[in-house]
Amino acid sequence: MQGHSTYVPKSSAAKWFEARLPIIGLMHSSFVSYPTPKNLNYFWTFGGILMVMLMSQIITGIMLAMHYTPHVDHAFASVEHIMRDVNFGWLIRYLHMNGAHMFFFAVYLHIFRGMFYGSYKAPREVLWILGVVIFLLMMATAFMGYVLPWGQMSLWGAVVITNLFSAIPLVGQTIVEFLWGGYAVDNPTLNRFFSLHYLLPFMIFGVVILHVWALHVVGQNNPTGVEVKNLSKDTVPFTPYATVKDAFAMVCFFIFFLFFVFYQPNQLGHADNYIMADSLKTPAHIVPEWYFLPFYAILRSVPDKLGGVMAMGGAVVILAFLPWLDTSKIRSGSFRPAFKIFFFVFVVVTVLLGWVGSQDTGAPVLKFGENTVLTMVGFGQILTIYYFAHFLIILPMLGLFERPLALPASIADSVLGGGHGMPIGAAASPEIKG
Amino acid sequence: MSSMTVEGTRRDFLYLSTGVVGAIGGASMVWPFVAQLGPDAETRAAGAPVEVDLSQIPEGQSITLKWRGQPIFVRHRTEQELKTADADDSKSMPDPMPDAGRSAKFNGKVQSKWIIVQGSCTHLGCIPVKNSGDYNGWYCPCHGSHYDNAGRIRKGPAPKNLVLPEYAFLSESSIRITGTRSAA
Repeated sequence: MQGHSTYVPKSSAAKWFEARLPIIGLMHSSFVSYPTPKNLNYFWTFGGILMVMLMSQIITGIMLAMHYTPHVDHAFASVEHIMRDVNFGWLIRYLHMNGAHMFFFAVYLHIFRGMFYGSYKAPREVLWILGVVIFLLMMATAFMGYVLPWGQMSLWGAVVITNLFSAIPLVGQTIVEFLWGGYAVDNPTLNRFFSLHYLLPFMIFGVVILHVWALHVVGQNNPTGVEVKNLSKDTVPFTPYATVKDAFAMVCFFIFFLFFVFYQPNQLGHADNYIMADSLKTPAHIVPEWYFLPFYAILRSVPDKLGGVMAMGGAVVILAFLPWLDTSKIRSGSFRPAFKIFFFVFVVVTVLLGWVGSQDTGAPVLKFGENTVLTMVGFGQILTIYYFAHFLIILPMLGLFERPLALPASIADSVLGGGHGMPIGAAASPEIKG
Repeated sequence: MSSMTVEGTRRDFLYLSTGVVGAIGGASMVWPFVAQLGPDAETRAAGAPVEVDLSQIPEGQSITLKWRGQPIFVRHRTEQELKTADADDSKSMPDPMPDAGRSAKFNGKVQSKWIIVQGSCTHLGCIPVKNSGDYNGWYCPCHGSHYDNAGRIRKGPAPKNLVLPEYAFLSESSIRITGTRSAA
């Protein structure tokens, strides 16, 4: 879908520049004349929202770094200094802190969107895998950022996560000492995490450029999953159509984001992180941030340490194999009656895993009289098995047995109701179709 | 023909040997960049051997000592605790070890009343809480591992017993800790 640039430099200066570095033409073909399927719904606005969130995190982060001190004796106090003394420091920090939550909230919707509409299927496999890489980098960045305020959760989160690497046979302990720069999580660890936390967002930015590049080579998927056949009938130019729609969605998203920033700035965090790190006292409940909870639950479900670490890592990495695990030729979940049900079950399972991750392992889930029939660990194990079964059993089998609905002949047909198989009313407002 | 072959072999040899020298040089430049991540001289110096005076710890009490950035528990066990630990030797455990193996010797005699362990849970490194859990030893609040009074893992996700540091008795009432061990 490249090469649709209709950009014609007008002034002689612009012509001179374009002949030497055609970047204005590149921007024009990527964000102005770029053809977008005309049936995109609001779930397609999260890519743009994520781009803005990344910029927001980088800008607020650079400002915070100007006032923060990465030393175990000063880090906690310097964060309080930002909150109390630095002009608008409270605002910048709350934007950065809640921005991380919003970033993950948007990325999960973005991932689920891709999973429902089959956006990972050929020819978009590389685009999807780049997305998984971004997700992994985001997780590493968020984890290291959480360590920087040097509160109790910062320290103990770092202890638990870095110790995961000690599960690696033979070299595990050496790797952990090299991660720490010592014999425990301490000042060298804080220093290097600060360095990496500053670096990784720029690496994310690099992979995002590849992600957008890959997107613009293969073109956007759409709610019907039917490829663009006729550019003039099936698509509209990015500007003004997608630009305005993305902007509207972004305003709505920012209202949600800023509600937290201004009214509930600490609602999504953990109170224990306002206690300075104490390496001799573990908090009663170490709970990661909500966006890591499903993976944390998977870690705790496996009774073996190395097994738990591998299951947790596998839960993320398995996403990269999705293009080959899903055997169905039909992209969009809208035309896959059985898949649709299993997809929503999967969404519920991941949310439940998140809930299990936030609870005490021994807490009862199901009681029969006085006897606990199911504990939190047991429940987590059932959910973990289902999580992997969705990818390894359900998706490969569904493609073989499912009878999909008839696809519309084209995107234009699905929008205008001329196709076979899609009721007119449903197609007219695809954004509420789920 | 033969002179050309000789010429070619010579050239190949030069390419190859230049490549090998270059690769070794490049690889040896990588080492400093990796090594800087390891414990630095200051950290290593702060982790020098330490002596602990046990006479200050009454029976039934324990102290926590911070060494090399992590806690070390020194527990003075009561007669009752010793009996319980001994009796439990026959029970099944994830990481079986007789109680007699949990303390160091002095003059050939196991100093059973002293339990010296590294105070980080072998699961994911949280600090277990003393005198709690199902076995009244240590309990790790993070993921629910129960250790008995000898620091042996009895229940929960931790794979190993609390690790014994490298230490030796200097007298009946003093020890010298010289190193930490890894759980694996």
